[in-house]
Amino acid sequence: MPDVQPQVESSASDGAAILTLRGDWIARHSSALERLAAWRPQAASSLRVDVSRIDSLDTYGAWSIESIRRAASQSGAPAEIVGVRDRHASILRSLGRIDLAPAPPARATVVDPLARTGDALLAALDYLLALASLLGRLVISFMQVLAHPSRLRWISVVHHIDRVGLRAVPIIALMTFLIGCIIAQQGFFHFRRFGASDYVVDLVTILVLREIGVLLVTIMIAGRSGSAYTAEVGSMKMREEIDALRTMGLDPVDILILPRVLAITIAAPMLTLLGMMAAMVGAGFVAATYGDMSAAIYMERLREAATSNDFQVGMIKAPVMALIIGTVAALEGLRVQGSAESLGLGATSSVVKSIFLVIVLDGVFAIIFAWVGM
Amino acid sequence: MAAPAIRIDHLSVRLGGREVIRDLSLTVDSGEIVGLIGASGSGKTVLLRTMLGLVPMSGGSVDILGARLRDATQDDVRLMGCRVGMLFQHGALFSSLSVRENVEFPMREYLEGSDRMFREIALAKLQMVGIAPADADKLPSELSGGMTKRVALARALALDPELVFLDEPTSGLDPIASRDFDALIKTLHGTLGLTVFMITHDLHTLRAICGRVAALYEGTIVADGSYESVSRSQHLWLRDYFRGERAVEAEGWR
Repeated sequence: MPDVQPQVESSASDGAAILTLRGDWIARHSSALERLAAWRPQAASSLRVDVSRIDSLDTYGAWSIESIRRAASQSGAPAEIVGVRDRHASILRSLGRIDLAPAPPARATVVDPLARTGDALLAALDYLLALASLLGRLVISFMQVLAHPSRLRWISVVHHIDRVGLRAVPIIALMTFLIGCIIAQQGFFHFRRFGASDYVVDLVTILVLREIGVLLVTIMIAGRSGSAYTAEVGSMKMREEIDALRTMGLDPVDILILPRVLAITIAAPMLTLLGMMAAMVGAGFVAATYGDMSAAIYMERLREAATSNDFQVGMIKAPVMALIIGTVAALEGLRVQGSAESLGLGATSSVVKSIFLVIVLDGVFAIIFAWVGM
Repeated sequence: MAAPAIRIDHLSVRLGGREVIRDLSLTVDSGEIVGLIGASGSGKTVLLRTMLGLVPMSGGSVDILGARLRDATQDDVRLMGCRVGMLFQHGALFSSLSVRENVEFPMREYLEGSDRMFREIALAKLQMVGIAPADADKLPSELSGGMTKRVALARALALDPELVFLDEPTSGLDPIASRDFDALIKTLHGTLGLTVFMITHDLHTLRAICGRVAALYEGTIVADGSYESVSRSQHLWLRDYFRGERAVEAEGWR
């Protein structure tokens, strides 16, 4: 295929500029076409653009010619395109009709930052309202299930307990075991200087039972299962499966969300219990290998240090935190819009928001437990 | 004489142990509008995907715009991306980009130029397919089915390709919208000098704009010619296929 760079040649006669175009005015020469599109006549009363020498022409070339013509017309030199060949006529004609007026640039004003702050605040309030409303909807749905237990999707609940609970056992056991090891090692290292090695067991027990056990497990659940819930519900929303359920007269909250939230709320305390035990086994392992404390003594000290009070504090928190994680995950899924990007954003924000809420909730619980003396 | 836009020579394609395309030969000259028909599962989509290099062939050869598909290097594939446009059945618009950015995307990948140039050409392309500049900043999820197809066509035409493949361009459109779309393809064919290869089941599209109709049955071409000649074919499946149309025509005569 012949391939000649596009060129222009300008000449003048009787005060009128004549522009002769040559070469191939096609997409492949886009950068040359762009340079040529910036060509402006100098102090001429009128402009004739001769396109008869152009070999091949496509939209890009036609855009370039059209840009020259419009710029000249704007600067007061009426321009006409002459010598149009038959096969170039329709593309030039269709570009000539097109509205290339630039979009008005968005103006930045002083009010913008204020408006953005206000919007963000309203969005946050709106989000809290949506969260509360979904939570309320879940409670109603749960009450209905209590009245008619056969209406609960038992298979779905069991399936999700398997996914959220059973399949998370290895990773959660390993993680909490390691954290137990680390806390005990740090305890022995520092307490040994005061001859207070015995109190390492108290440190580990209180930390793990009250805080670390439940926090680690719920954060892991938020990252592992919360994001999965959001992605599932979000892609169902994108593919109109949720709308399909609604048109069948079924409530997606009953069918999709309640089983998931129920499963996560049941699985979280079980995983928390497992995590606490694994952490204490880890601490015992370090006590025996690094802390010069025999397993029998460790067990004896553990029996004294661990109170059922601390254990209750941890176990009460687990299902409440899981409920929040499940609700946030489902809400983020339901808020997914049409694009793939919004699904990713939803999954991210599900994890970030649920971990944030878990920590806030932990603080609220600390206040409540201090108040009731637990 | 320029090389034909598409030359398929004794092509066969095996998928999962089954021969989906058998010994298929077809030549499309540049400037033609060819419509491919065939029953579901007859291999239309596989044939299209083979021509785009998305499915490996097991025998024979395919030349697209004079380049042999099998020997294509990475550079050839890139060059081909510039000369061939594809309209996917469901649009396949990039959901995170706006309408205008979707059309600009291939330009930015393949061509050099300023934002202003790309913006103006993208707007021009969109107006050619009937999308107003006011809709250019919408996201694909905000578009109706017909608009999605139009934007997808504008994206397929973004680089002024010589050859476009259309996979069921009018499916899912109402009769008025699909007639408009036919007219649009015809106009762009005249304006840009395109070669068009389309899969379609729309008899109106076939009759109104396809200069040539090819029928695929069980992995091979059973009829190839003008709409008139293919619709009069004695092949069993084709007789069935065009029977509804015949009935309508007969009624019109009465």
